[in-house]
Amino acid sequence: MSKTTQETESQNPNPNIILFLCRWCSGKGADLAGTSRLQYPPNVLPIMVNCSSRIDPQHVVEAFLEGADGVLITGCNFGDCHYKTGNYKTFRRMSILSKLLKQVGVSPKRFRLTWISATEAAKFAKTVTAMVDELKKLPPYKINGKGGEEL
Amino acid sequence: MKVGVYLCECGSNIAGTVDLEKVAESVKDLPNVEVSRIYKYKCSEPGQELIKEDIDEFNLDRIVVAACSPRMHEPTFRTVLEDKGLNPYLLEMVNIREQCSWVHKDVEKGTEKAAALVKGAVLKSAAIKPLGRKKVGVTSKALVIGGGIAGIQAALDIANTGYEVVLVEKDSTIGGKMAQLDKTFPTLDCSACILSPKMVEVSRHPNITLLANSEVTEVDGFIGNFKVKIRRNPRYVIEDKCTLCDDCVPVCPVIVHHEFNEKLAPRRAIYISYPQAIPASYIIDPKTCLGIEPLVCSKCKDVCEPEAIDFDMQPEIMEEEFGAIVVATGFDTYPIENLGEYGYGSIHDVVSGLEFERLISAGGPTEGVIRRPSDGKVPKTIVFIHCAGSRDPAKHLPHCSRICCMYSTKHALMFKQLDPDALAINFYIDIRTGGKDYEEFYQRAAEEENVMFIRGKVSELIQDVDKILVRGVNTLTAESVELHADLVVLATGMVPSEGTKEISKILKLSTDIIGFVREAHPKLKPVETAITGVFVAGTASGPRDIPDTVSQAGRAAVKACNILAQKELEVEATIAQVDELLCRGCGFCVESCPYGAIELKAIDRYGHSYEIASVNEAVCKGCGSCAAACLNGAINHLGYTDSQILNLIQALSEG
Ligand SMILES: Cc1cc2nc3c(=O)[nH]c(=O)nc-3n(C[C@H](O)[C@H](O)[C@H](O)COP(=O)(O)OP(=O)(O)OC[C@H]3O[C@@H](n4cnc5c(N)ncnc54)[C@H](O)[C@@H]3O)c2cc1C
Ligand code: FES
Repeated sequence: MSKTTQETESQNPNPNIILFLCRWCSGKGADLAGTSRLQYPPNVLPIMVNCSSRIDPQHVVEAFLEGADGVLITGCNFGDCHYKTGNYKTFRRMSILSKLLKQVGVSPKRFRLTWISATEAAKFAKTVTAMVDELKKLPPYKINGKGGEEL
Repeated sequence: MKVGVYLCECGSNIAGTVDLEKVAESVKDLPNVEVSRIYKYKCSEPGQELIKEDIDEFNLDRIVVAACSPRMHEPTFRTVLEDKGLNPYLLEMVNIREQCSWVHKDVEKGTEKAAALVKGAVLKSAAIKPLGRKKVGVTSKALVIGGGIAGIQAALDIANTGYEVVLVEKDSTIGGKMAQLDKTFPTLDCSACILSPKMVEVSRHPNITLLANSEVTEVDGFIGNFKVKIRRNPRYVIEDKCTLCDDCVPVCPVIVHHEFNEKLAPRRAIYISYPQAIPASYIIDPKTCLGIEPLVCSKCKDVCEPEAIDFDMQPEIMEEEFGAIVVATGFDTYPIENLGEYGYGSIHDVVSGLEFERLISAGGPTEGVIRRPSDGKVPKTIVFIHCAGSRDPAKHLPHCSRICCMYSTKHALMFKQLDPDALAINFYIDIRTGGKDYEEFYQRAAEEENVMFIRGKVSELIQDVDKILVRGVNTLTAESVELHADLVVLATGMVPSEGTKEISKILKLSTDIIGFVREAHPKLKPVETAITGVFVAGTASGPRDIPDTVSQAGRAAVKACNILAQKELEVEATIAQVDELLCRGCGFCVESCPYGAIELKAIDRYGHSYEIASVNEAVCKGCGSCAAACLNGAINHLGYTDSQILNLIQALSEG
């Protein structure tokens, strides 16, 4: 759990972020970013599920174990979830998970949850860009003998 | 298992940023990949044929298509699989356009990302399984929300096709904004004359149930089977008993602004919006009436011979099921209160276009003689300001409402016809007459009827004794203009009505930044919405005139009938499934299901009885929340199983 490395721009020029999208609002928001030709860094790799509530905290842990530098979960705004209350559940589950991740030494900067409506393409692009910029300042996240500073 | 991988160039849309040759090269050695191909337009007929040929030649049983968003062509490619006798769910689509080539400019990195995503899909496809498609019955009844011309037309078209329709209108009468108009461009037909026969038809049609003064409060379910709660607000007048005798009105002591007349005239607490209102019945406004809680006045009740008044009416909640829904909740005009720069609020004789409609209407408060609000004088000079609050992204609305040039021209022309010696002056930014016979109408106003058009913006309006000093610039001659007007009319544009915003929330429709309902596709699906089975018509989805509104209503009706005509509909197969051996009966999934689709049931195994989860397939909507809640991986989300997601995570996380 040592955190000796300094945060600098060049720590990790190419962070790798797993991006979860729901099929409804946040997925549409991400598509709209494309239709509007907004630009954001290519470091996010999308996985689409029907609803953010499909995402099991275990999926997030797995992503880190497999070597992802960050995980970004997106869903509809509160009240907009296509499945009524899915995103409330996501919020609660991921709140617990973020505490656990912190306890085992994963920097909170590596794990984010945000709500994107179908029209919020700009917010989507901005969120992605900000997260990539942050992760560039952290060293690559690798564990299990593949290096890694945090565990 | 044999996988075929197809990479679409989408013209230069994808190929411009992603080096597909490299991507193809990178997938060649992935497990199970039999063939990978690049094609210019994979969604085209020949593109689809290529996949079909390969399925035959290589015996493919998994297809990966990397192209645009699955929202566009997933159904297209699923059909390709079906045509070849493969289960449509053996398709895996990768979005390398909206979420790759269009958002990244760097070819090298774009290519890397696309390759990673395709690899993920190939690995995921190893875990995908054929899924059975569920069928559900269809309730062959439509709900139309909003009774303006859009809702009226849609209801009539559906009803005339032979299906039952419930038309829900929030207001005391149907008709919407069109009922407030005097004459309509470009033909100058009287609005009420063409509208009221349709309103009467609605009230008489055996297939239409009209619920005025009512609101949709909750919508549940899905295409073919929407469960809807409707609140019928009390009218306090029994519709069937009211004979429209008007005895109640003179005795009512409460006087308030009349909304239908844009508050230019008063009404009583018991009133009828206008004589042709449908339902043809008076109504009591509970906010101002003195008879409803506490009962301190019952003058109207005392004089009502047919005993139509009932102060004790209560709101009623109805629950009904529908196969399809048409949203026709219309527009409001941009709040003129926001236009302080044009003197609204401080100068009495500055009115909105809709107010002018009421002033010039024979059925309006001044019986068709235009009188200014301040002193009732008949104006000799009227200035019409186009684009008031429109095309002004810095301060007001960014958009053009398409109707204001035309209605201002109409207003000026009607004013000149009433008084040929009068001066009608229009200030405009551009004249937009994009409609059949619209340009001719404008030419006629300018050339034959001597309506003046000045290209330029008005910078200032100042009250000058009993006139309004109008200052502006003529941008064609670059001269400043100063003149005195008796009345100024602001052509305000369209914004979504409050009702449109409310219903979008209830139905979870996506909207644009202004709040208009967003179409499923701006060109090819103009009345479809993000929710299948829910359609939108008229000004709820954007500014438009009556002809366009009516055409849209017709299309929405056809689309609704397409659904109502089916006995059964196929619904998504991506639902929850329980592994009975793994389930330990904890009930976490039961708690997590938003639809109550899971329950614990007792089963018997080798003489032991124990409880496990069981999914009601007709009720499950496939959110997958239960799968995330299960600690034992015993409940899975078909199409998004743990092993599929984990394969993807593994492929994508390596970096
Ligand atoms: C000043 C002015 C002049 C115009 N002149 C012309 C003209 O000359 N020619 C022309 O072609 N067009 C003209 N137009 C445009 C025309 O008014 C519109 O195209 C037409 O009225 C749009 O009809 P609609 O049914 O979409 O909406 P609306 O007329 O707004 O009807 C919507 C209806 O839905 C109801 N509603 C709203 N929310 C709910 C809810 N949640 N639940 C239930 N009911 C709800 C409303 O009460 C209303 O009855 C003019 C517009 C203006 C402002
Ligand atoms: S559907 Fe988007 S979060 Fe549930």
